[in-house]
Amino acid sequence: MNDSNGSKNMLSMQNISKIYRTDVVQTHALREFSLEVKEGEFVAVMGPSGSGKTTFLNIAGLLESFDTGIYMLDGEDVSHLSDDGRSRIRNERIGFIFQSFNLIPDLNVFDNVDVPLRYRGLKSADRAKRIQDALETVGLASRMKHLPSQLSGGQQQRVAIARALAGEPRILFADEPTGNLDSLMARQVLDMLESINASGTTIVMVTHDPELARRAHRSVHVLDGQVMDLKAVPDTGGKRDNGKAQA
Amino acid sequence: MFLYNLRLALLSLKRDPVLTLLMVGAVAVGIGMSTTTLAVYHSMSGNPIPQKSGQLFAVQLDNWSPSQPYNDPDDPPTQVTYRDAQNLMHAGKAKHQNASFTSAMVLQTDKPDVKPDLIVARATFDDFFPMFDVPFEYGGPWNKDADQNAEQVVVLDHEYNQKLFGGANSVGKEIILNNRRFRVVGVLKPWAPSPKYYDLENDQFGDPEDMFIPFNLVSGMQLHSNGNNSCWGPPADNSFQGYLNSECVWIQFWAELPTKAEQDDYHQFLDNYVQDQKKLGRFPRPLNNRLNDVTDWLAYNHVVSKDSEALVGLSFMFLAVCMLNTIGLILAKFLRRSGEIGLRRAVGASKAALFRQYLVETGVIGISGGLLGILLGWAGLIGVRHLINSSDHYTHLDWTMVGVSLLLALLSSMLAGIYPAWRVVRIPPAIYLKVQ
Repeated sequence: MNDSNGSKNMLSMQNISKIYRTDVVQTHALREFSLEVKEGEFVAVMGPSGSGKTTFLNIAGLLESFDTGIYMLDGEDVSHLSDDGRSRIRNERIGFIFQSFNLIPDLNVFDNVDVPLRYRGLKSADRAKRIQDALETVGLASRMKHLPSQLSGGQQQRVAIARALAGEPRILFADEPTGNLDSLMARQVLDMLESINASGTTIVMVTHDPELARRAHRSVHVLDGQVMDLKAVPDTGGKRDNGKAQA
Repeated sequence: MFLYNLRLALLSLKRDPVLTLLMVGAVAVGIGMSTTTLAVYHSMSGNPIPQKSGQLFAVQLDNWSPSQPYNDPDDPPTQVTYRDAQNLMHAGKAKHQNASFTSAMVLQTDKPDVKPDLIVARATFDDFFPMFDVPFEYGGPWNKDADQNAEQVVVLDHEYNQKLFGGANSVGKEIILNNRRFRVVGVLKPWAPSPKYYDLENDQFGDPEDMFIPFNLVSGMQLHSNGNNSCWGPPADNSFQGYLNSECVWIQFWAELPTKAEQDDYHQFLDNYVQDQKKLGRFPRPLNNRLNDVTDWLAYNHVVSKDSEALVGLSFMFLAVCMLNTIGLILAKFLRRSGEIGLRRAVGASKAALFRQYLVETGVIGISGGLLGILLGWAGLIGVRHLINSSDHYTHLDWTMVGVSLLLALLSSMLAGIYPAWRVVRIPPAIYLKVQ
């Protein structure tokens, strides 16, 4: 699915709706939500608490199902995939970075980065090389045997980034990736995300922070479960042209 | 992937030592109880001579009273009379046959430092040894002539040979039984069939006899049975010969009949024999001769009591209760790791992969609980032994039981793990990640 400029859509959501139901109330988390993200884009998704950005990220990352609409990811219709199919795509094409790092406390750095690779059926030597490369990319190759508790917050987030990178994902979803970091660490992590994006990986980042959003190619504002506005970032210091997405 | 899951399981168990201890403890208590009762049941119900249990037959002849059966509803006696034992031996219709009974005897030696001792001897025929695959350490059984001539020869068991001769080859040496000199012709290797199927009248799970002597010495030495002795009428006179000629049953009789044809022929022979005896005024009841192989014989004599079976049932119910507790503990443990579950699902673990991971973990809990349970079971068996002052033949733990207990622990814990594992893997990963 290419646009008029010929660039391929990495993510395309058309009229996605998601309703959370309880016995007494229905909550419309997403209403007719539409968004396109081009291959290689770095998009920031912003919005106040409860606006639906986390629901969007969960649906985009195939962590959650939706009620209506069409979702194309990397050219494939993933709207009606089985659970196993979703797992496979998450494993092979998607990387996640969470605000709270989500490292497994018992496993050392090497084994934490190894987690997604374990479910891909790769041989031991292949896994080891990918882990080594990913940890070198984030500058933590010398900390392979450390436990998460022996690392600073910034280092833990870099391990989480290495875990996401080791699977060589086509798209990276980041949920407030600097939310638990001080400003210095946050800058380092953001530099790293930009570098990853520069190498061709599409990034969709949910954030509250306008400063962070400014470093994306464009930002998308979500309110009451709908995309309200698409704002192109005029000059990002040598970044690629902004993709065009529509609500 | 199995080794990876195993490593994760060990790490997980290490993470929550108290919870782990509770789970392993619950499994161990259940398995310990089951192991104790199963070990007793296993020993009681085991086949003591599997290689030929279908070829050895206990013989029953119904010489009992015309007015009532030996046992209701119409069971013949479980032993035979002296007269019938001798007649069947003389007929020699089976490949091997033997009549035997136990008798208490006074043992003396030429050694002044060895005090006289009361021993239990089995009076039998030479066929006893090859029929029941009795293993010899030195020498062998006596021969047919010794049976025929009621020679004073003896076969010692391993323990008494140790006691009297320090375990050395004592063949040719002499001992004194009831003031008569007996020449040792053989010494047994340690031998203790359990149950003691060839004589269920005397301590079914006890040790075999201390010594074995020719059956035909019974008359000359006036040997009395120290086992079960049942009569339905008084002997003709009070002499020992009168007792031998009576309708009292006190002798166990066995025939080795390898083929179905031989079994049928032997049954026919018994019927013919009883018909002949009827002409002599004996056997007033209708024909009711029976042949039971070893397995049937053990069942017929209720060697495994209903109480034992009920106890095994109860112990399994107790295991089920322990496992129900374990299910709750496992579920609590798994849910405490919701973040890890969400993360693994997010990075691509399928439900099946996670389900396997958690089953491996419950399997490790099961094996750990099983090993501890076996120790508890072993202690339980020691307790049972002291409590009922029993022989260790049916209160010991063999390797089969160790294997069965471990398998039981593994299966029951994995069964207990199915619901918690199923429950945690089916929750959408986004729910777990929100918890973080």
